[in-house]
Amino acid sequence: MSIAEEQGQRGGATLARLLMSFGPLLFLAALVVVFTVLKPSFIDPINLFNITRQISITGLIALGMTFVILTAGIDLSVGSLLAFCGMVAAVVAKGGAANTLSLSTSGTQGYGWFAALLAAVVVGAAAGGVQGLAITRLKVPPFVVTLGGLTVFRGLTLTISNGGPISGFDASMRWFGTGLIGPVPVPAIIFAIAAILCHIVLRYTRYGRAVYAVGGNAEAARLSGLRVDRILVSVYVTVGFFAGLAAFVLSARLNSSEAVAGIGYELTVISAVVIGGTSLFGGIGSVGGTVVGAALIGVLQNGLQFNNVSSYTQSIVIGLILILAVAFDRWLKSRVRR
Amino acid sequence: MFKRSLNRIKEHSLQPAESASPVLLAVEGVTKHFAGVTALSDVSLEVRAGEILGLLGENGAGKSTLLKILSGVMPPSSGRIIFDGADYQPARPQDAKQHGIVTIYQELSLIPTLTVAENIFIGRAPTGPLGLVSWRKMEQDSRAIIARVGLSIDPMTPVSALSVAEQQLVEIARALSLKSRLIIMDEPTSALTETEVQRLLSIMDRLRKDKVAIMFVTHRLEEASAICDRMTVLRDGRLAGHLDRERGPIQLPRIIEKMVGRAASELYARPVQRAVAGNVVLSVRGLRTVRDPEAPHAIVLDGVDIDLKAGEILGVAGLVGSGRTELARAIFGADRIAAGTITLLGKPIAPASPADAIALGIGLVPEDRKHQAIFAALGILPNFSVASLGRFSNGFGFMAERRERDALSGFRKMLSIRMASAEQAIEGLSGGNQQKVILARWLARDPKVLIVDEPTRGVDVGAKAEVHQILVQLAARGIAVMMISSELPEVLAVSDRIVTMRRGRITGEMPGVEANEEKLMELMALDKQDARGQDARGQEALGRDGEGLAR
Repeated sequence: MSIAEEQGQRGGATLARLLMSFGPLLFLAALVVVFTVLKPSFIDPINLFNITRQISITGLIALGMTFVILTAGIDLSVGSLLAFCGMVAAVVAKGGAANTLSLSTSGTQGYGWFAALLAAVVVGAAAGGVQGLAITRLKVPPFVVTLGGLTVFRGLTLTISNGGPISGFDASMRWFGTGLIGPVPVPAIIFAIAAILCHIVLRYTRYGRAVYAVGGNAEAARLSGLRVDRILVSVYVTVGFFAGLAAFVLSARLNSSEAVAGIGYELTVISAVVIGGTSLFGGIGSVGGTVVGAALIGVLQNGLQFNNVSSYTQSIVIGLILILAVAFDRWLKSRVRR
Repeated sequence: MFKRSLNRIKEHSLQPAESASPVLLAVEGVTKHFAGVTALSDVSLEVRAGEILGLLGENGAGKSTLLKILSGVMPPSSGRIIFDGADYQPARPQDAKQHGIVTIYQELSLIPTLTVAENIFIGRAPTGPLGLVSWRKMEQDSRAIIARVGLSIDPMTPVSALSVAEQQLVEIARALSLKSRLIIMDEPTSALTETEVQRLLSIMDRLRKDKVAIMFVTHRLEEASAICDRMTVLRDGRLAGHLDRERGPIQLPRIIEKMVGRAASELYARPVQRAVAGNVVLSVRGLRTVRDPEAPHAIVLDGVDIDLKAGEILGVAGLVGSGRTELARAIFGADRIAAGTITLLGKPIAPASPADAIALGIGLVPEDRKHQAIFAALGILPNFSVASLGRFSNGFGFMAERRERDALSGFRKMLSIRMASAEQAIEGLSGGNQQKVILARWLARDPKVLIVDEPTRGVDVGAKAEVHQILVQLAARGIAVMMISSELPEVLAVSDRIVTMRRGRITGEMPGVEANEEKLMELMALDKQDARGQDARGQEALGRDGEGLAR
């Protein structure tokens, strides 16, 4: 092969690599342009902040899911776990499940927002840890363990709530869901801070390196001295933590914890991670990608809604985009390899 | 006892294939180039109907390339192949099968979850009047087919329940049912016990009488000598010669001479014998490993004693399945140890995981780079530092990337790693440069003991010499290096001391300067008694074989 030819090929590969990193972002930008042309009010700051609020719940879980998928795992239980953690937070905030029907907003009987938040994330992390142990110790595939978890956590939620919602939180708790700092919704700020922290952990810490290594080649990671099982458990703890955090924010926003909250969230969350370029086979992906993936789904939903496209059609479009995004990614990779 | 059974075969099959038998397959001047490397150069051979042709050669001699060409996996760069009097140019494996050429690889191609009968009739199940599968007919036909290879198992057994040997026979049976005229077997005996080998050889003998042509690729010289009518020996991608048994069985020394008889290649120039320092760093006594119930045919270590000294390269020579990799993995804490002691610098150690062994100062460059060493999707930097994350990070767990990069660029110079940047995906490097990154991974930890398993597998010829040089330098720095290799020239080129292994035991030991390929090949490939403590071990071996037969 001549040098010129080789360079030409390398040039092509570089372009493909660039597209691989920025493809989802370009697609997001294109969507924003299209929706703005269709309806200029789409670009209103109010609407854009609205979108950030909408994506922050699934976005938070998607951050945790990024860790899991980077290790070539999956967590299908996050939607149910969110409902469970939300219910736990509500019970703590209200001082007991007996207050189900009380709409009191005084908050004098409960333990306050901080205890509620703490309870949600601790329960979420613990539930993730249990699933992680089942995966590593019992050698049951993540898909199966978390599929079981999906049913178990939903059942637990219905048990403690008796099937109904627990509603009415004090104002300090509701602020986390509905408040604004300047023009920016609080959930969006929480999501942004969490995303930055996750990015730093994955990109700049030794733990992050270990996560990529375990996902890239578990056997090589073991033979390089990494404690693979511990790292696997830790990523399920992480996603559980974020399910708890998202649950707290969602309950605060709705002023209610619903037993049926989060149904189907696992699919939106996994879609966001995958559209963001994280490989289901592990080892490849980034938090930035996940944020873009979550934003893409949010913009798509909001934009379609804005143009009066029915939610049925929205589902169709999002599903197709998911498949196309992965197909595009594969195609780029085959170009880079060559 | 193995010898005795081989002799039996020799007796009843001494009649050479009649030379009147027509030539079934003729390979004429076949050459194969891969990106700049010539894997096969002007190779010719013939196989006749009703004969067994042995195809022999060391690793890298070109046997697998030739097999791939014959079975339609890849075309030759030049040359001609004639099968049954006509030009044979298979474009894909399916074409080879349609011609009646079936290759049975070491990794068997049966589907473990399906039954024996389903595997035999895969894609061509017999159907009844409604076009539905006729299970009864399938079962009956399968029973007859497997009887031809001496199997008397229920054809409705799932393949996963069979031993490796039985699976092999099922593959042969399937090949026969497809009216195969040439069966190519790639090292079929490497995973078998001695009684199973015996059974396979007698079935090969029976097939020969049925006028099936067999090409038998093997490392095991005694087996080849016992069964083959003729042999073709390859060396460095070229034809080293043909051997014929017409005047009695082919004698082992003749085969060994053909296999190794190269002029000392300049690539493997022997380094000057260094003054070997001397303190024993690692000492292994009576090491045994557990038999894995899920892989009952895997090799287990059977009482291995070995000493590794500072500043020396200990070469471990052995064929595939001799237990050499298992020895490395046991020392490294990757496999469970059943009995025996490991002492590092005078202290007994019991590494329960690679992490433990690494913390103690042991490093392992594994055999299968792609699956066990590299993180293909990641860049060079994380591939380099993965075993030293603690050294390259601060107290808060943040990577000290500056330090990490500096260390990498130091090794890049020292090992002359040819790479574009630290971010480059390791997949994009050549095999030799990948291997250097893996070596750098361990050097960053200043190991006391470095075990390298097949360090130049998949490494091109020029880089091989570089890797050898690096190993010599590391030993000179006082690291105790244990190098496992099935390439004898490599073992001879770099080892200060050499031990040979066979069937999970050490079969010999000698200083590097006294060794030559013939001596090593005999110790690796033949059933010689262990030089040390012959009697005890011989007894033990007999006892174990007796058990095997009783079962």
